[in-house]
Amino acid sequence: MYNEIVFAGFGGQGVLLIGKLMAYAGMKAGREVTWMPSYGPEMRGGTCNCTVVLSDLPIGSPISKRPHALLVLNLPSLDKFEDAVRPGGIVVVNTSLINRLPRRTDLTVVPTPANEIAIELGNAKAANMVALGALLGASGLVELDTVKAVLAEAFASRPKLVGINQEALARGFAIGASQSAAVAAR
Amino acid sequence: MAKKLMKGCEAIGEAAIHAGCRLFFGYPITPQNEIPEYMSARLPQVGGTFVQAESEVAASNMLYGAAGAGCRVFTSSSSPGISLMQEGLSYIAGAELPVVVVNIMRGGPGLGGILPSQSDYFQATKGGGHGDYRLLVLAPSTVQEAADLVIDAFDLADEYRNPVMILGDGLIGQMMEPVEFKRTIKPEELPEKPWATTGCAGRTHNVINSLFLDPEELERHNWALYAKYQAMAKEVRSETYNLDGGCDVLIVAYGTVARIARTAIDQLREKGIKAGLFRPITLYPFPAAALLAAAEKAKTVLVSELSTGQMVEDVRAVVAGRRPVEFYGRVGGMVMGPEDIVDRVEKLTAVHA
Repeated sequence: MYNEIVFAGFGGQGVLLIGKLMAYAGMKAGREVTWMPSYGPEMRGGTCNCTVVLSDLPIGSPISKRPHALLVLNLPSLDKFEDAVRPGGIVVVNTSLINRLPRRTDLTVVPTPANEIAIELGNAKAANMVALGALLGASGLVELDTVKAVLAEAFASRPKLVGINQEALARGFAIGASQSAAVAAR
Repeated sequence: MAKKLMKGCEAIGEAAIHAGCRLFFGYPITPQNEIPEYMSARLPQVGGTFVQAESEVAASNMLYGAAGAGCRVFTSSSSPGISLMQEGLSYIAGAELPVVVVNIMRGGPGLGGILPSQSDYFQATKGGGHGDYRLLVLAPSTVQEAADLVIDAFDLADEYRNPVMILGDGLIGQMMEPVEFKRTIKPEELPEKPWATTGCAGRTHNVINSLFLDPEELERHNWALYAKYQAMAKEVRSETYNLDGGCDVLIVAYGTVARIARTAIDQLREKGIKAGLFRPITLYPFPAAALLAAAEKAKTVLVSELSTGQMVEDVRAVVAGRRPVEFYGRVGGMVMGPEDIVDRVEKLTAVHA
């Protein structure tokens, strides 16, 4: 098992956090993991991203040129990373803010209205969790329950936020799982 | 203790606390700001002191003073900041004081860029500042190893009364990996430093100094330092991968590049090409004997670095013409992927077949 996943959006959307939760959950599941933020110069409103690698063997490079999966919360991120994804890779697209789907036809695309669902749940900031849930549902890379547990740990100082974020993960997970099943049935 | 997921910079800071260090003096610079940030929060919790100095030059001289008083002390910076600290480091080496310095390298020269690099190898391993001195240099390849080496670095600094440098790059500093802290040293349990300037009630006073105006005395001092650096040779550390039964190409790399090369070696195995890895962990002292033994198991040696070729000079000196030594480097903050190294090795095996 070896997977490189890129999480991208604009600063403040919480892509670094969901990448960390994924890495932390991977560690709890006994995998080798790395989490690497992009720390290069970026203009305001530009993209912010991180790469998570999950593997059964020691990990070489913590950066990815050809990710197996991509999660994008804004359009500049989809523009920047679409071409890099490996053929057959998973792309979670936040359709609340991105008005197009990937042009490529060799990808498993998971359109996810992350902001709309988060607002429906009562916390617009949970859009990142909806998208992470969709990635988990489509990829099966880490168990949903493991991520829910590490989320509870990460939010230990703000217990009020745990429930709503876990709910956001679950809503996204359902979208990811059904999309991946639909692709498999094709 | 359970493993934690930590950034390399944070793990380095926490490791210093586990080593019994309670003092940090430094000045911010990307990509290692998480070290001073972490120390500024953590040190007050354990009765320590964090000082953001007015400059790197000031920080290096604060280090000099605290080390002279017998305290475990460390600083961290990145390439341009480490250049500014060279004055203090030269004095510290001359006065034979134990300090730990972390350099999370970024691209240069000058201000360069903020992305990962290994272009300070010469500076780290050949002295750095003025005068005839050496640092003991340790190069971690994972966050776990960075934490382990930081704790070892404080012990080595005390043992040799010499500055020890942890030489990492931006990837080691910024990446998160699982880490655990294997040793915890309490400051009060550290051995006494009878040479330190701790107040001379009841004894003759100690002097911390690097000025020797009498040339005969300075010559004796320089040869004594030299003897100390020779004695450090027993601290050499290195690691090999996939060398059993010999190989076509021996890749020599340290730090981040070594772990990327390891993946490349696995990919080459699938293509039927036998490549091995030699990874120096101490860059000074350089693991010459182990490298030579490894090189003799290979047909060709390929040195790979995030520089235009620095460690390769030491490798060529060790291999001394017994095998061809080739070089592959990326610079400016660009980092090779495993597939780039695979490509180089494939070209080499075609040439030397």
